[in-house]
Amino acid sequence: MKKYIYILLTGLLVSSSGCNDDEFLDKEPTNILLDEQVWNDETLVLSVLGNLYLRFPDLQSTESWAEYANFDEAFASAAGDYWRHQNSDYGYDSWRMWDYGYIREINLFMQKCEASTGISDAAKERFLAEARFIRAGVYFEHVKRMGGVPLILEPLTYDYSGDPSYLQHPRAKEYEVYDFVIKELEEIKSILPADVNDKARATKGAALAMEARAALYAASIAKYGASTPQVSLPGGEVGIPADMATGYYQKALSAAQEVMTLGYSLYQTKPDLGENFASIFYDKANPEAIWVEDFKLRSGRTVGFTVDNQPRYLSEEQQGGRLNPTLNLVQEFERLDNTFAPLPIMDASGNLIHYSNPADLFAGRDARLYGTVILPGTQFKGNGVDIWAGYMRPNGNIITSGNIGGQADLNGDGNNEQVVGFSGPINGLEFTAQTGFYIRKYLDPQKGSGQIGTRSEVWWIRYRYAEVLLNAAEAAFELGQTEVAAGYMNQVRARAGLTEPLTAADITFDRIVHERKVELAFEGHQLFDMKRWRLAHVVWNGNRMTVSDLTSNIGKANKVSTMPFGLWPYKYLADPNNPTNNDWVFQIVIPNPVTNPDRFRLGNYYSEIDNGTISSNPLIVRQPNQ
Amino acid sequence: MKNIYLLLWFALGIGITSCEFDNYEEPESKLQGRIVYNGEPINVGYNDVIMQLWEPGWQLKGAINVSVDQDGSYSAVLFNAPYKLVIQPFQGPFRSIKNEVTQSDTILVDLKSNQTLDIEVMPYYMIRNIQISKAGSDVTANFGLEKIITDANAKNVENVTLYINKTTFVDRSNNIATKELNGADITDMNNVSMSVTVPALNTAQNYVFARIGVRIAGVEDMLYSPIQKIQL
Repeated sequence: MKKYIYILLTGLLVSSSGCNDDEFLDKEPTNILLDEQVWNDETLVLSVLGNLYLRFPDLQSTESWAEYANFDEAFASAAGDYWRHQNSDYGYDSWRMWDYGYIREINLFMQKCEASTGISDAAKERFLAEARFIRAGVYFEHVKRMGGVPLILEPLTYDYSGDPSYLQHPRAKEYEVYDFVIKELEEIKSILPADVNDKARATKGAALAMEARAALYAASIAKYGASTPQVSLPGGEVGIPADMATGYYQKALSAAQEVMTLGYSLYQTKPDLGENFASIFYDKANPEAIWVEDFKLRSGRTVGFTVDNQPRYLSEEQQGGRLNPTLNLVQEFERLDNTFAPLPIMDASGNLIHYSNPADLFAGRDARLYGTVILPGTQFKGNGVDIWAGYMRPNGNIITSGNIGGQADLNGDGNNEQVVGFSGPINGLEFTAQTGFYIRKYLDPQKGSGQIGTRSEVWWIRYRYAEVLLNAAEAAFELGQTEVAAGYMNQVRARAGLTEPLTAADITFDRIVHERKVELAFEGHQLFDMKRWRLAHVVWNGNRMTVSDLTSNIGKANKVSTMPFGLWPYKYLADPNNPTNNDWVFQIVIPNPVTNPDRFRLGNYYSEIDNGTISSNPLIVRQPNQ
Repeated sequence: MKNIYLLLWFALGIGITSCEFDNYEEPESKLQGRIVYNGEPINVGYNDVIMQLWEPGWQLKGAINVSVDQDGSYSAVLFNAPYKLVIQPFQGPFRSIKNEVTQSDTILVDLKSNQTLDIEVMPYYMIRNIQISKAGSDVTANFGLEKIITDANAKNVENVTLYINKTTFVDRSNNIATKELNGADITDMNNVSMSVTVPALNTAQNYVFARIGVRIAGVEDMLYSPIQKIQL
């Protein structure tokens, strides 16, 4: 009996406490923020937006150093990346992008921000414009890689009806995507603040700089696409009609010219022009940067580019030196009299030329060479870099070692001497300068930047003023205004120490291509530039190269450059009393891990769309030539 | 001890039973053949020309890629099924011939057992009367170029190149020495002659492999001659 009473009492207790408290099941969660909390607080909306900024894609950047080694700018001195020099062609799916998850979240952001009532109109307007800026940038990134993609401008939601066909959208024409990007940026430019000191968020300058670049891309695809008629689709998803080129060039020029009125200027702070060029990328008191991805020490948002790529000698970790710029790039930096020439390592009769200092070989060239590349005989963080491959005897025999800073008995006295640099180069040994060069651009000279535990807060500049000038120069050149083009180009060149101005007659397509190559190396432009000029299959044509292929046609747009070459310095070991003893001599090499030339096929111009995407959406047409 | 035996028996048991259940049946039939013009194989570069095999009826669409070997042959081991074989228009130094059954470039292949299928195509050019021989320290080649497509689709020769290599892979990316001749500099298409100096070989061998490559203007894949072994 007592038992029944207990049971009854328990039942009563459960029902009474359970029933009369609806709030029990309606508690506010403590671990997530609800929509009404987020969208009524400007700080929280800003952090949602911050997440969208954070996910903005870059193919090559300081966060993905190895991507530079896919082409002829650099060699990857890291065992796990040698394959980049050993593959016989690029996969059709390389550089693919189909990120509709990201686009959906941007669209959702806009929808919810629009509906929000708890934030001020001014803040809302700016947030919305920023989201549109990011969305335009993401569509630009898609169209660069994939051609026309479906333009989805609102969040799509499945209704579970069993018929998803209303969610299936066909690909837009390639020019429609470019038009969308240009139109959006044109519309938001006056909503965004015109503050030249705001670099990490979208500004008027950033919108216009992106517009200029996008219009220039569309223009050159329209113009140079005519040379590769196979790279097109009948529906216009790939390829832009040639008669649209002029209109896009005009848009590019006027957008770039509008950026010039905003107050940006070229970074000219340090008296040493090479050092000045290197500082553009790490000095944040910078009138040149327009839109950047920023990093900050001790904030969780730091970048490891310096850890990965610092010179191996005296590096702050037992690593570094991964990215080795190639001789192909180094020799493109022209001489101060505006002429091109291979580096003088041999005289006309085939004898090696001697230098008393390895850096002398590179003297009298464009200051951007020093600012982009760590050359043998120069310094980083106040230390030498110790790049030398060994001793060379007068008969050509070489004494070297397989370890960094390795020793051998040089003169038979029973004592060992160092016979190779602490940064190499040693064939096949990762982290040594296997091309004879290390990268300087974007390396952080701050103490500790090379430590895994500290890393660096150097930002990644997506848009800078010099590129805007070069975009304007290219558009003006294509529109026949060579005088105007020369003016813009000379500004950029003068900053690099090329003070003898180019005349209007000097401006050729080769010059345009070359200037971007040296000014914008390691800034993520190369692949997309080569694609839009339809030069990629010419320059990376899969032909094996010889040294004479390398040293000819320097400064030409269609120069074949399929394999990364290096230049190794040797100390000359003559008789100790001979004045040439300990001189420096140089040899052109191909690092051992390089086994295959780069081959860019016509099917690589637009990355393959995943078969799963095509299977689930029959409206998507395949890319040409795959 | 007994435990160990038990364990061994157990392992054996797993081994025997799992074989039957884990493995899918392997594909059983071989489809092979050559790309030919009037029965003569068309030689191409390593991994240059790729054919696609589509098997209709599946939910997910994806092609089986079949590479054409340097001597123009191909082979694939497949499940028995009806396939559609396509050589896409941009592939190879040739144009496809309209298939009479499908009235397109698609060829229907109903695979029921091992099958040999030569595919007739129309090459832009054929390399004729090839003679490659050693002359002193050089390798010399004499050959003619016959223009096969002469109608509106005809294309010019951009350049011809003599390649030599140490291994049997010889093409524009695999070579130790080359000699290039611009198409415009060829005076007599029926009698082209070129030679290349053999560089010092860093392996102990007294032979090299050589072949001619023809680049046709506006065509991505090159046409090659058969690979020949040249005794030095």
